[in-house]
Amino acid sequence: MSSIEERVKKIVAEQLGVKEDEVQTEASFVEDLGADSLDTVELVMALEEEFETEIPDEEAEKITTVKLAIDYINANLA
Amino acid sequence: MIGRRVVVTGMGAVTSVGHTVEASWDSILAGKSGAADITAFDVSAYSTRFSASVRDFDVSPYLSPKEARKLDVFVQYGMAAGIQAMQDAGLEISDANATRIGCAIGSGIGGIGQIEKNTEIVNSFGPRKISPFFVPGSIINMISGNLSVKYGMQGPNLAIVTACTTGTHNIGLGARLIAQGDADVMLVGGAEMATTPVGLGGFAAARALSTRNDDPAAASRPWDRDRDGFVLGDGAGVLLLEEFESAKARGAHIYAEVSGFGMSGDAYHMTLPPEDGRGAARAMTNALSDAGLAPDAIDYINAHGTSTQAGDLAESRAIESVLGSAAQSVAVSSTKSMIGHLLGAAGAVEAIYTILALRDQVAPPTINLDNADEGCRLNYVPNTAQQRSIRHALSNSFGFGGTNGSLVFSRVS
Repeated sequence: MSSIEERVKKIVAEQLGVKEDEVQTEASFVEDLGADSLDTVELVMALEEEFETEIPDEEAEKITTVKLAIDYINANLA
Repeated sequence: MIGRRVVVTGMGAVTSVGHTVEASWDSILAGKSGAADITAFDVSAYSTRFSASVRDFDVSPYLSPKEARKLDVFVQYGMAAGIQAMQDAGLEISDANATRIGCAIGSGIGGIGQIEKNTEIVNSFGPRKISPFFVPGSIINMISGNLSVKYGMQGPNLAIVTACTTGTHNIGLGARLIAQGDADVMLVGGAEMATTPVGLGGFAAARALSTRNDDPAAASRPWDRDRDGFVLGDGAGVLLLEEFESAKARGAHIYAEVSGFGMSGDAYHMTLPPEDGRGAARAMTNALSDAGLAPDAIDYINAHGTSTQAGDLAESRAIESVLGSAAQSVAVSSTKSMIGHLLGAAGAVEAIYTILALRDQVAPPTINLDNADEGCRLNYVPNTAQQRSIRHALSNSFGFGGTNGSLVFSRVS
């Protein structure tokens, strides 16, 4: 079983069309990984699917970096 | 055409018989059919189980996997054809010309595949699971939109939607924008990918499609007495149109001049033409008049010729009424006999074939024309291409809703 960090990074890489080793923990989806606002919406949907959860819109808006995604999953699901 | 002269300096195409203009044209001249069994979804319950779909298409030279994933397949085909046309034309876009360069690329149906997919998602999983890219990936003007972003084209940005006349109208009206001074360059055409469960089912329900399931390659047979409907085709065609003097000044390769454009409405029936084809005739007459040409100046007609009972006869009659005695010598063919009916892309791909007929001085064939139907009296170039002198050529499109368009292309010496 992969760690939550590995699973999040894998999804970010797939959704944003970047290589997994480019997905640094501190990376911002928009500023570092070339995402636009719609990409981040779809990314959150992919995280919901992977972790079988529902992330409320007001929480989803705050998830702007890889680290924030990992922290959210850890805090709410782990 | 009134106003500034307009020429074609770049072309791109994706069809069932070739994924580039030249590959597609080679197949057309060889009389190759692109029709085959549908394998993309279960068609066992359908009355028609084949199509002229684009198969084994590699989108990677045109779009990254991330870009492609967000776009309906019709947008992908349109982008590919547009990028081919831009590469072919070799036009440099800079701050100096960007606001004078526009796009007009339409589709008859649009992103029906994405609409179907997201309808299933909303029914099964609820609205939160609809992709944020559903709307921008499936609406019809997204080929024009995406190409404008890719190349920085800041001129008029349109997508005219007129069923099976879409491609022709986008070319003709795009040419008008240049002739009248709204733009100096227009990337124009159409794209389609409606071979989906609902798309196929809809045309089948309208009794528009051939049901020759035992022999798909012989199903599209315009003017043949055994024709039984059209064959659904997918693909895209895009042309780069330029104002003549600036194209000449930059040393562009000029394929042909867009010398005339005519339009009309049938005001008759939603899907059937009047028996005498008078709406079609008026579009052709208007195009000839716009080009300032007599009917006997036309040496080749790329017909709408869909392989339907009513449409083929009406168009044949319309050609006879417009050309008069010249109808006996003109070559008329339907390349839909090979690539099927590309709906909103049909006029664009067929304009490209018309231009190549002018370039190569050859009329492409109408395949599967074994026994011309009663009342079909023209030279339909049956089964084998014909080398002949072609000075000016006409391309016809007619669509549901009774919408007609004709383009005249001429050689530029």
